[in-house]
Amino acid sequence: MSEFIKNKVLAGERLTKQDAVSLFKSDDIFSLGRLANNIAEKKNDKSAYFIVNRHINPTNICVNRCKFCAFSRSKGEFGAYELTIEEIIEKLRVANCELRISEVHMVGGLHPDWPFEYYINMLSEIKKEFSAIAIKAFTAVEIDYLSKISGLSLADTMVKLKKNGLDLMPGGGAEIFVEDVRNKLCPEKISGDRWLEVMEAAHMAGIKTNATMLYGHLESIEDRVDHLLRLRELQDRTGGFQAFIPLSYHPRNTEIGGFYSSGIDDLKTIAISRLVLDNFDHIKAYWIMLGEKISQVALLFGADDLDGTIIEEKITHSAGAMSEEGMTREELTHLIRKAGKIPVQRDAFYNAI
Amino acid sequence: MKRIDKDTALRLLKNSDILDLGEKADNIRKTLHPKAVVTFIVDRNINYTNVCINKCRFCAFYRDAESPDAYLLGKDEIFKKIDETIALGGTQILLQGGIHPELEMDYYIDLLKSIKDRYSINLHGFSPPEISYLADKHDLTIRETLVILRQSGLDSIPGGGAEILSDRVREILSPKKIKSSTWLKVMEEAHNIGMRTTATMMFGSVEEPEDIIEHLDAVRNLQDKTGGFTAFIPWSFQPGNTELIRNSEFGIRNSATAVDYLRALAVSRIYFDNIKNIQASWVTQGLKLAQVALRFGANDFGSTMIEENVVRAAGVNFCVSKEDIIQAIKSAGFKAAQRDTYYNIIADI
Repeated sequence: MSEFIKNKVLAGERLTKQDAVSLFKSDDIFSLGRLANNIAEKKNDKSAYFIVNRHINPTNICVNRCKFCAFSRSKGEFGAYELTIEEIIEKLRVANCELRISEVHMVGGLHPDWPFEYYINMLSEIKKEFSAIAIKAFTAVEIDYLSKISGLSLADTMVKLKKNGLDLMPGGGAEIFVEDVRNKLCPEKISGDRWLEVMEAAHMAGIKTNATMLYGHLESIEDRVDHLLRLRELQDRTGGFQAFIPLSYHPRNTEIGGFYSSGIDDLKTIAISRLVLDNFDHIKAYWIMLGEKISQVALLFGADDLDGTIIEEKITHSAGAMSEEGMTREELTHLIRKAGKIPVQRDAFYNAI
Repeated sequence: MKRIDKDTALRLLKNSDILDLGEKADNIRKTLHPKAVVTFIVDRNINYTNVCINKCRFCAFYRDAESPDAYLLGKDEIFKKIDETIALGGTQILLQGGIHPELEMDYYIDLLKSIKDRYSINLHGFSPPEISYLADKHDLTIRETLVILRQSGLDSIPGGGAEILSDRVREILSPKKIKSSTWLKVMEEAHNIGMRTTATMMFGSVEEPEDIIEHLDAVRNLQDKTGGFTAFIPWSFQPGNTELIRNSEFGIRNSATAVDYLRALAVSRIYFDNIKNIQASWVTQGLKLAQVALRFGANDFGSTMIEENVVRAAGVNFCVSKEDIIQAIKSAGFKAAQRDTYYNIIADI
């Protein structure tokens, strides 16, 4: 790694597009890891966070049918499903009874028939029974869709969802912003600009969100860097992003096909994200995507969060994830300790529990 | 390159910064293998029987002879597997079983000869526990046993059954298995009659860091004497379906993590100034961590494992083809090359 970039990072100066590209092109993963870890520890000491949470995917029926997705189905297709609100509540009852979860993470397909009220009822019914569980739900893609079917502006959609119980939003649907790759990957999906616009509206409404990047498919290094810089720019204006989560592409059962990203690429992407996104507090090594093993090593490359217990995961596993579908609190803390970090169980807002 | 001593190795294993450790191992790997080539072998594990009297507590593969799923492969089944292996470009068969109490030397002589009569393929077979058992059974010395097997067609010996070369640990893990000294003795005799072998280490069960270092030291000392080890292969205990994890009195709650694996691997690379090749174990660690292992000291991806049964019995099954392995090597930034048993490159990919 060039001393120039290293000194810049240590002096707290921002990396440019060119700096970030040169980091991706370097194979000095050790200097990169040390520097990213240094920054991670400045921000979060030796803490590595996890959360006791549950994922619920209310439906896999989706009007978008992105080419990299193995989870979605069309209505009436074999394997298509939709959960009732009562079924969602029941899943939460079981999870909460066993684990006392802090957060429910809820994302799903863009269902062609569900009205806006269904989503409002979903939120308010969950909140009514589980006031202590934070609801992190709906990607920017879903919010855009909800705004369309409700006929409300983005701002009004956010206000209404918040009023009925939405606490946070996940960072999904960002994929890769750059237009030509995005058009090949998911032509039906909202544009990168629109994704950023939705996030800005959420932040303005006082809803914190995450941000993601799907990498390892058709994009170039420059595309990745462009993606990171656009997130950094929005974060400068709103401060509404909690965590950045690089998501490694999974090729199985998708139209795009191709290969898994390499473990080395995964670690580099985590580390470079940590260095470029100087205004993000947290970089998450999402173990469902990276696998338990690479996620743990990522804690030495700038990540400070492993996500959580999850319990049931459908989206990545539809595309050939090799991880388990859930991990216990003990397993998560063991991984963190063995990486030389201090496990901190957090709530949805990164407060230690 | 200055040889490190046991105390230094122990300190590296226990207390060093993992990235500094990895970098050190990576630099040694680069010096020994400057062309950035990562090798693999196309071979198949044929486990001719799962009947085993040793019943090691870390093993999920063995069965009693009376068990309904006990098996002993017939020659025709073995030949069919070899045909498939050759059709896939395979150059080696790893022949390994349990310690079957009813199989005599004649069985092995006949099996080896009949394979060699039909096929020109390297026979890599029988780890030290099997060889030692045969020697005892027929009241032969280990050397005599090895000579008979070699004359019948055995070419080289895999390094299995080493586990941890500390009798304190073996007493807990595998009380019925050969002791450390016997494992080392079989390997020494094999090297002395000109056979090449590998050496393995299974860590992450009940051993202490000191035991790992003892293991490395025992292998390094023997290599100084004989030079017969082609490669060292560390892997971590896979707990699924084993007595060691079922029985809580052994106190194992978690298996070795990725960081533990990378540590053990990197220390191995640094410690073995006299063994050229270190294998990454994708079978136990998955392709992604195996790729990372290529930067923590490993230079070889082991076998494509057209068939593998032992790790699979412990519930670990990464579905991987030869193409996946080549792709994994390349996307980790290396050139891939197919090798033979003796680490000669037979095809650049």
